[in-house]
Amino acid sequence: MSTASPDFRPERPHRCSPSVALRPEPFGALVYDFVTRKLSFLKTPELVTVVSGLADHPDVHSAVEAAGVPEEQRPAYLRALAGLKASGTIEERPQ
Amino acid sequence: MKLVEHFQYGLNSPICLTWELTYACNLTCAHCLSSSGRRDPRELTTDEAKRVVDELQAMQVFYVNIGGGEPTVRPDFWELLDYAIDHQVGVKFSTNGVKIDKARAAQLARTDYVDVQISLDGATPEVNDYVRGPGSYDMAIRALENLAEAGFTQPKISVVMTRQNVDQLDEFKAIADKYGAQLRITRLRPSGRGADVWDELHPTAAQQRQMYEWLLERGDQVLTGDSFFHLSAYGEALPGLNLCGAGRVVCLIDPVGDVYACPFAIHQNFLAGNVRDPGGFARVWRESELFQRLRQPQTGGACRSCQHFDSCQGGCMAAKFFTGLPLDGPDPECVQGYGEQALAARDGVVIPRSDVDHSRSAPRNGRTGKAPVLLQIGRRPDKACESSPIAGFDPRQVPVAGG
Repeated sequence: MSTASPDFRPERPHRCSPSVALRPEPFGALVYDFVTRKLSFLKTPELVTVVSGLADHPDVHSAVEAAGVPEEQRPAYLRALAGLKASGTIEERPQ
Repeated sequence: MKLVEHFQYGLNSPICLTWELTYACNLTCAHCLSSSGRRDPRELTTDEAKRVVDELQAMQVFYVNIGGGEPTVRPDFWELLDYAIDHQVGVKFSTNGVKIDKARAAQLARTDYVDVQISLDGATPEVNDYVRGPGSYDMAIRALENLAEAGFTQPKISVVMTRQNVDQLDEFKAIADKYGAQLRITRLRPSGRGADVWDELHPTAAQQRQMYEWLLERGDQVLTGDSFFHLSAYGEALPGLNLCGAGRVVCLIDPVGDVYACPFAIHQNFLAGNVRDPGGFARVWRESELFQRLRQPQTGGACRSCQHFDSCQGGCMAAKFFTGLPLDGPDPECVQGYGEQALAARDGVVIPRSDVDHSRSAPRNGRTGKAPVLLQIGRRPDKACESSPIAGFDPRQVPVAGG
């Protein structure tokens, strides 16, 4: 699977960054990073489920699957997650 | 549905909340949009203000824009600042600089989650002090010097654009660069005492074009609080939401706890409730009839047939209201010239005035219909008078696209 970021390794465990808060909204969620003070958005409720569920799964793939993301949409979700990794919204979880 | 379309229907909590802590001010800016001057005896107490912070934390309002009046003249300002920051509510506060001495600058430099915005409406004392009052230029520059010396990272310099300072844009940028600050420019609104000076001070049509071109060239380096979206009808959209956020993603809490649809709309018609009401701020935001109405799709009215409606959305609600124009028609500064036509056709229209006036020249018994000070070489700063919806972010640049 090719992703936008070479640093993103979806086979590893991840989590929502500790400095980040998610605020549920009708379209998905508002993302606020208390360290960088940047505001961004998760644009689907499924992506919110994936991001908040990362910490409960051994890798990103299983979090995506558990959120019920249809097979054909998974590459797009992984690209979005790679972007979130690059921006610091999610990070690898220490094992 | 695009994100911006979602915003039109309102969010669970505001993104950009302006909270004016006091109507008291040491200056008398001619264009003060909240007609500030004297403290209101009904202003929220320290404890009440902390309860508001608690609510904002529960609603996940991640930061607020604090203004006034001059917020730092409240004796409990620094206590409230710390309380907000300790409760995950970041603060950007607007000030004329009066209290930003070396000690306070050092304190601010040590504090996380605080942004400081210094108001400056002229790149020279002559231009600035004409609207903000004698000595106000020096006061602002001294504050910037103190912040720079203390190592405070990137304060903002906030400029209300007027007919007198459009030509100084490059000079403002140079001042910002000199003090390691970020420049923010916003639109002059005919709100508060701004109504009295709007005819004289609002930029000419040629100057609007000049600002638009300047912003196209360096919009990425300058904040605007999304306040120039009416200029998008020139052609290319400027960075920002390009949407009136009033009651949808933006609102104002005034010093007595009244909640208005936006900082430029302090008037009974845009009053949604009070934070002291049962259910507090959350209930006002989520259930008030006014905000529900503002979240309905807008018709566009007379602007509907204009090919530029999609880019400007009819402009600023407050600018229309306080110049006596219909809310579903063109903005008074419509760049296609329809605003001028509408202004010329106002014959006999009674122009609404706010009944909230704390100008020092106003009668002392609270709300009155009396006009505030006319342009004088005054002293009163406005402070947060220019608030920014959605400061600093552009949803189009957000990479997060699920699905």
